[in-house]
Amino acid sequence: MSIPSRHKGSFDWVLILIYLALVTIGWINIYSTTYDPDVVSFFNLSNLYFKQLLWIGFGILLIIVILSLDVKFLERFSSIFYIVALLLLLGLFVFGKNINGATSWYAIGPLTLQPSEFAKAATALAIAKYLSDLQTDIKTLQGQLRAFLIIALPAIIIIPQPDPGSALVYAAFFFPLYREGLAGVYLLLGFTSIVLFICTLLFGTLVISCAILLIGSVLFYINRKKRPSKRLYIGAILITCLFSLSVNYIFNNVFEQRHRDRFNIALGKEVDTQSIGYNTQQSEIAIGNGGWTGQGFLQGTQTTGDFVPEQETDYIFSAVGEEWGFLGSALVVLLFVILILRIIQLSERQKNEFSRIYGYSVAGILFIHFTVNIGMVTGLLPTVGIPLPFFSYGGSGLWAFTILLFIFVKLDGNKVNEW
Amino acid sequence: MRKILLLALVLTTGLIFIGRLFYLQIYDTSATTLSKNNAIKVVYDYPQRGHIYDRNGALLVTNQPSYDLMAIPKEIKPFDTLALSKLIAVTPDKLRKELKRAWNYSPRQAQVIIPTLSKEEYAFLGEQLRKYEGFYIQKRSLRDYQIDFGANFLGYIQEVNRSTIKKDPYYQSGDLIGRQGVEQQYEDILRGIKGVKRYQKDRFNRAIGPYKNGLLDTLPVPGNDVTLTIDAELQRYAETLLTNKRGGIVALEPSTGEILVLASAPNYDPSDLVGRKRSKNYTKMYYDSISKPLTDRALQGQYAPGSPFKALTGLIGLQEGVIGLNESVYCKGSYNYGGRKPLGCHAHKRSVNLVSGIAHSCNSYFATVYRKTIDKFETPQKGMNAWKRHLESFGLGNYMGYDLPTGKKGLIPGADFYDRYYEFYWGPTTNISNAIGQGEVLTTPIQMANFTAAIANRGHFFRPHIIKNIKGVDSIPAIYTNRNNTTINPSHFEPVVQGLNDVYNFGTAKSLQVPGIDICGKTGTAENYVKIDGKRVQLTDHSTFVAFAPKDDPKIAIAVFIENGYWGSRYGGRIASLLIDKYLNGEVVRKDLEHWILTHSLEEEYAKPLSGKPFPINDGKKISAKFLAEVTTQE
Repeated sequence: MSIPSRHKGSFDWVLILIYLALVTIGWINIYSTTYDPDVVSFFNLSNLYFKQLLWIGFGILLIIVILSLDVKFLERFSSIFYIVALLLLLGLFVFGKNINGATSWYAIGPLTLQPSEFAKAATALAIAKYLSDLQTDIKTLQGQLRAFLIIALPAIIIIPQPDPGSALVYAAFFFPLYREGLAGVYLLLGFTSIVLFICTLLFGTLVISCAILLIGSVLFYINRKKRPSKRLYIGAILITCLFSLSVNYIFNNVFEQRHRDRFNIALGKEVDTQSIGYNTQQSEIAIGNGGWTGQGFLQGTQTTGDFVPEQETDYIFSAVGEEWGFLGSALVVLLFVILILRIIQLSERQKNEFSRIYGYSVAGILFIHFTVNIGMVTGLLPTVGIPLPFFSYGGSGLWAFTILLFIFVKLDGNKVNEW
Repeated sequence: MRKILLLALVLTTGLIFIGRLFYLQIYDTSATTLSKNNAIKVVYDYPQRGHIYDRNGALLVTNQPSYDLMAIPKEIKPFDTLALSKLIAVTPDKLRKELKRAWNYSPRQAQVIIPTLSKEEYAFLGEQLRKYEGFYIQKRSLRDYQIDFGANFLGYIQEVNRSTIKKDPYYQSGDLIGRQGVEQQYEDILRGIKGVKRYQKDRFNRAIGPYKNGLLDTLPVPGNDVTLTIDAELQRYAETLLTNKRGGIVALEPSTGEILVLASAPNYDPSDLVGRKRSKNYTKMYYDSISKPLTDRALQGQYAPGSPFKALTGLIGLQEGVIGLNESVYCKGSYNYGGRKPLGCHAHKRSVNLVSGIAHSCNSYFATVYRKTIDKFETPQKGMNAWKRHLESFGLGNYMGYDLPTGKKGLIPGADFYDRYYEFYWGPTTNISNAIGQGEVLTTPIQMANFTAAIANRGHFFRPHIIKNIKGVDSIPAIYTNRNNTTINPSHFEPVVQGLNDVYNFGTAKSLQVPGIDICGKTGTAENYVKIDGKRVQLTDHSTFVAFAPKDDPKIAIAVFIENGYWGSRYGGRIASLLIDKYLNGEVVRKDLEHWILTHSLEEEYAKPLSGKPFPINDGKKISAKFLAEVTTQE
């Protein structure tokens, strides 16, 4: 082991530049959405854009701290971080502050912190630590169960806050697990259930059951020479039909009306412009209004007129769409794609398992946020309130993503030490 | 596989997003409109409509403010329907109906709910309007008429209809547009250009500042004033003379083609079509299919011109060289052309030439001239077309191109016309009535005034027009200042003018002379028929008259047409003389004529065919015999 400080120059500059670019573009758009022509002074804590600038400044401090930490410290204390994160999440039930109907915040003076944002990074560290342990074998049932438990615990605590959106992000850990050898059948199961879920909502249980029966029979007939097990086929058909039935049941009885509406609107089964679909519709209008090059900075009519609710947080991408047009918004999409691909590429290069698994977790988390958020803002996916990383207004989110990313930058920068 | 799963998903998602962005931002352009409706509030500033003056500078039409209750249906919040309907004096049902109609038309567009509130209603409503979200008051200007006549050529303004809005993006729902008359013809000049102010709205529909710092805003451009060629005093007098009569009067200034008088009866007070009583009055007049007050008889009435047409027959004869000035025709009281029944004539000296033929209105003479004209050519087709070409050079048989939006072509039949009608031979004797302005020939009063002006000018005319000056433009289109020559050599006019003068000197209008003015004129008495229950029934003759004066320096050319006024000098001639008297003397000298006209009504005459009973025509000299026979057999 050599002295880590010798290798500070080898941090991956692509990641750092994209990070800076995204944070800068994000801030410009927060400025535009929260700009009020009547407010003259820039340095005023009631200006959200000024606050965000402070958060960014603090974020830079965090980066410096993380990059100067010892890698071993991070690896060794990852379990501690995880337990602290769980305790903080549990503590919300006692000390949490309710904002917009969700008890997800600690109020420290004028500052509010959202522990669920930081819990993602802690969980990523914990899962990396657990999987990189020589004694862990993800191919055994025991290994799988423990891994699932590590992932599921924070998600289970977050759901009743209620913040199902943040909980959904934990699905991102499927990617490192799969990369490390989780059986492909889980992938198949997951994919099948999603397809079945959507198809059932679209076409109804009866049609889907008939379709399953037909596909099952055809498959059985084609493979008849291999003497397939009749029980297996009948069992599989029965289970899928039951699943389809239960989808309907869950959708109509467990889901709340607003969730049903969101699905119906995303699937195009309902058109409502006044209340339920208002956000998405206004956001689509804003993006569409951008054209090729956009209306220009501070010139977007939808943005200036505050037509898109929550535009500085979850719907920030609609401001990019309106004011910077197709060129600007496609550039942002490209930056995210390059960022995630670069993380995957660097992860694959890691000799250290811990770094690789952590890197995959980061890529997975960013991917879920990116997909769900932009999918929602462009009207492709149902409304799920999660922020766009580095873009959306909010200190907790920005810091959490900064920590998440720069731990990886640090781990990656340290790889030379392995030789 | 394990290594590329996330990689592939990220790439696919990125591509899908870029595709989606392309669809939303480039391919589907509806968002731009939606966002405009959403986020930009457009406020219009309506300019004053231009004033209208007469040729002597008298103000005819100006403006008065009016207030419309407007609403954007989508923005209306639930409100107390009863209270609002009381404020604006309509029934709650009516208000609800209007709101529903507005919503059905477009929930997002500002529309008029109740037009033209009174000043009191506006004052009360203005105080309370904040209670009614989504409603606002739009100030407009309505017409304020200084005169109670001239509605036929002034036209009116009304709320623009939907098909116009579709065709011309300048207009929005609730805007006012000129219809008929000068208001329609000179709409672009009178209306000016409305100013536009755009405001950025927020999602609570509040204006939060000018859109793009007012870069796209425009100031209103006021409408231009126009001066008409009409002599308001003479027009008023003409309309007074037309009281209780139906018909049209057109007076032109021969040296310019300017329309001095354009009167139609029955007419209406232009103020009747202003404000909230407009709709009721308009509907009433629109459905009045008997007196048709909305029809401008001076422009749209097509009648057989009758005897004044003989002047043209004579001129064509001279031009074609088929008659000499001293050539006489012996009239034995009728003209026998081998038809079923000879063409009758009235009592006068047996031997007539052109000048005395006009003075005595001899049918035989002009039938002879007409026949000779057609027969000069090897076929009647060629003759007929040559005849038609001459008449067209006087502005007959087609639209005249004057600057008013209504009109009729009239009819001058050519060879085609008769070829269609007659399977075998036809010739000048077939349609001999054309010679004396009966038969198939149809003209409008303004066409008659125009050929009179052409005769007064000895061979040319200027296209009739009503515009004298547009403020700020100071010129009128060249088509109104270009001279139109007829096909008749100017030298042929003098004898015809002499004949027309003799009509006053010793002919059919001898009793209508005005002291001090040398008038030329021609009476006309046109037979006419209507269909009652599918039967052709003759009515009392129309009284027509054309005149110009003074003979050697014509200042006014006039055509009068009075429906069922019997003979030419009876109504038409009297009215023409009075107008000439008034125009040239300033004060009417022939008070006896004036008194006669003002005390005689034709309403009784007009009621006859509607009575359902047999009736006498032409002052009892004739019973509408055919009709009588039909009625008796039915009984």
